[in-house]
Amino acid sequence: MSVTYIDAIHQAQLELLREDKTVFLYGQDIGDFGGAFKATKGFKEEFGPRVLDAPISEDAMIGMAVGAAINGMRPIVEMQFADFSSVAFNQLVNQAGTHYYRTGIPIPITVRMPCGGTPGSGPFHSQMVESIYAHYPGLVVVTPATVSDAYQLLKESVQLDDPVIFCEHKFLYRWLKSASIKGDGLPLGKARLTRAGKHATVVTYSAMVHEAVRAADRLAEEGWEIEVVDLRSVKPLDIDTVLASVARTGRLLALGEGFPWGGVTAEVVSRVVAEGFHLLDAPPLRLNAKDTPIPYHPDLWAAHRPTPESIVEKLRELLNL
Amino acid sequence: MTPSNFSFPPPPLEAVLDGELQLRVFRSMLTARTLENKLSSLYKGGKIVGGVYLGTGQEALSASLGASLIKGRDCFSPLIRDQAGRTAFGEDMLDATRTHLGSARGPMRGRDGNIHRGRPHQGMPAMISHLGTAVSVISGMLIAKRMKGELDGIVGATSIGDGATSTGSFHEGLNMAAVENLPLVVVIADNQFAYSTPRNRQFACESLLERAVGYGVGGVEVDGTDLKATLAGMQQAVTSARQGFGPQLVVARLLRLCGHGEHDDASYVPQELRDSLMGRDCLEVGASQIIEDGLATAEDIEIWRKEAVEEVQEAVATAQRERGPDPYEEDWRATSVEGMQ
Repeated sequence: MSVTYIDAIHQAQLELLREDKTVFLYGQDIGDFGGAFKATKGFKEEFGPRVLDAPISEDAMIGMAVGAAINGMRPIVEMQFADFSSVAFNQLVNQAGTHYYRTGIPIPITVRMPCGGTPGSGPFHSQMVESIYAHYPGLVVVTPATVSDAYQLLKESVQLDDPVIFCEHKFLYRWLKSASIKGDGLPLGKARLTRAGKHATVVTYSAMVHEAVRAADRLAEEGWEIEVVDLRSVKPLDIDTVLASVARTGRLLALGEGFPWGGVTAEVVSRVVAEGFHLLDAPPLRLNAKDTPIPYHPDLWAAHRPTPESIVEKLRELLNL
Repeated sequence: MTPSNFSFPPPPLEAVLDGELQLRVFRSMLTARTLENKLSSLYKGGKIVGGVYLGTGQEALSASLGASLIKGRDCFSPLIRDQAGRTAFGEDMLDATRTHLGSARGPMRGRDGNIHRGRPHQGMPAMISHLGTAVSVISGMLIAKRMKGELDGIVGATSIGDGATSTGSFHEGLNMAAVENLPLVVVIADNQFAYSTPRNRQFACESLLERAVGYGVGGVEVDGTDLKATLAGMQQAVTSARQGFGPQLVVARLLRLCGHGEHDDASYVPQELRDSLMGRDCLEVGASQIIEDGLATAEDIEIWRKEAVEEVQEAVATAQRERGPDPYEEDWRATSVEGMQ
């Protein structure tokens, strides 16, 4: 009996709906249809008016959630694809993100963002959004890489009093399986040492954790021991765990699936350089997707994002510095 | 043009003819005008940092809305020209002066200013500058009440200008509210200019009331310079929403009798428009109406004006005596939970 990443998201929402009457779901096609990825399958039957189909109106979806949160609810909004949250950008960063600071009233909304690439999805169904939302004050940005984190971090996100951008990776939905939904209980805000090593540290999150582990496996055949740190949430960013790892290895590769200009990997490098310059034995490196829209063709797509091959190559460069 | 699918019952005439309500609207208008005149002077004297945005000429519309709502039950998201509506709804005048003057004791504690203020837990969210966004926020507040079984007899309302009807946010919000059949009143002040842009550069329909048909909501158009007509239309819309007839659009034709903000002399408004009936001052029209109806005398109005002046002086003086926020004591935290930044 195994549990997939999407099962974990389904289960977390089911429990949240059962445990807390202020939790409700809002999103496109999430009712009787059960959602584009079936993350809400069967909920309409059990929870009726607490599972609401939304019109194709991402801006209004977030505005509505903010209003409902003001009046004591804990909405979970499903963006059908994270890419479409650009339409709701204003409500997210200016309405939800500023609300607590301006008024003192927190906005406990969770926005589920099916993000990241899958072969053939093209420029508008593949994007990573963690960096743009992490840039704005007032938003917590969560990026689970494992089945148990998808479950536990979603539950913690909905229980948190602040707005959470929950970036769930579509590539992991059905591919990633685990024997159990229960994890190690690491709380939101703490990074995890996914793999211990001593020659270099890869700091990453979401689906790239698995690509980093594959790259580390390959280099292990040559005797290199690569440490992999899974950030789990990019905001807050657990820089202490990152620095502790860099202290052990002296070398840093910041890895992400987002576009290369700025973003989470740049933030990680910037903080490590500023706070742990003395720990570094070599210049820190970054590896991201390419600076083009995400291509449709599977061959182009696979070459656009970091792969175990390109990560290995980058790590060799780092180890030779 | 009249939408073909008017779904609401005839106006509740007894409410329209309620002299007490009419007086409450008028006094809110008078108080708001007095306060805003003072805010304008303070701005021009350099005492207010940032912008000052007034509702001069729109008080009858705004106060009619505020007075038609019940504080403590209804939700109201005022916009930029809604001082009169805020006053009529029951906002403390100190909230206005403290927010304009940057007092740390105001509801926004110096973190936001002027009209960007509210008390969300008292049913009045704090507007953001991005227009149209409050339509869905107020809808969400109503949906929360519905889910808690507290929606019966409740109304949510927000104001918007003719320019803001061009936003996607307005469209998405109103459409969603219609789909959910929420007791929402959206009041459009069609004040002829969005900042300097005339309405014929904003939309191509003759009246924004035509939009009601497309959204499947009720609607009414009023002469926003006429207190009685405006209040009658507003009562009709609010009552219809309250009785479960779904969202209602109120479109008021009027002219903004000030600049977009006090930095703007509104030189783009043609003189013939200012001289037209649309350029009438609703406060003067309202005064003649209540005198004609025998609800008050000119002397009464003069007494109320003096009372308003005193109230404004007191609220301004109080806010001016108070300290602004201290950057060294500020916690500089944008999340309520510690450690999330």
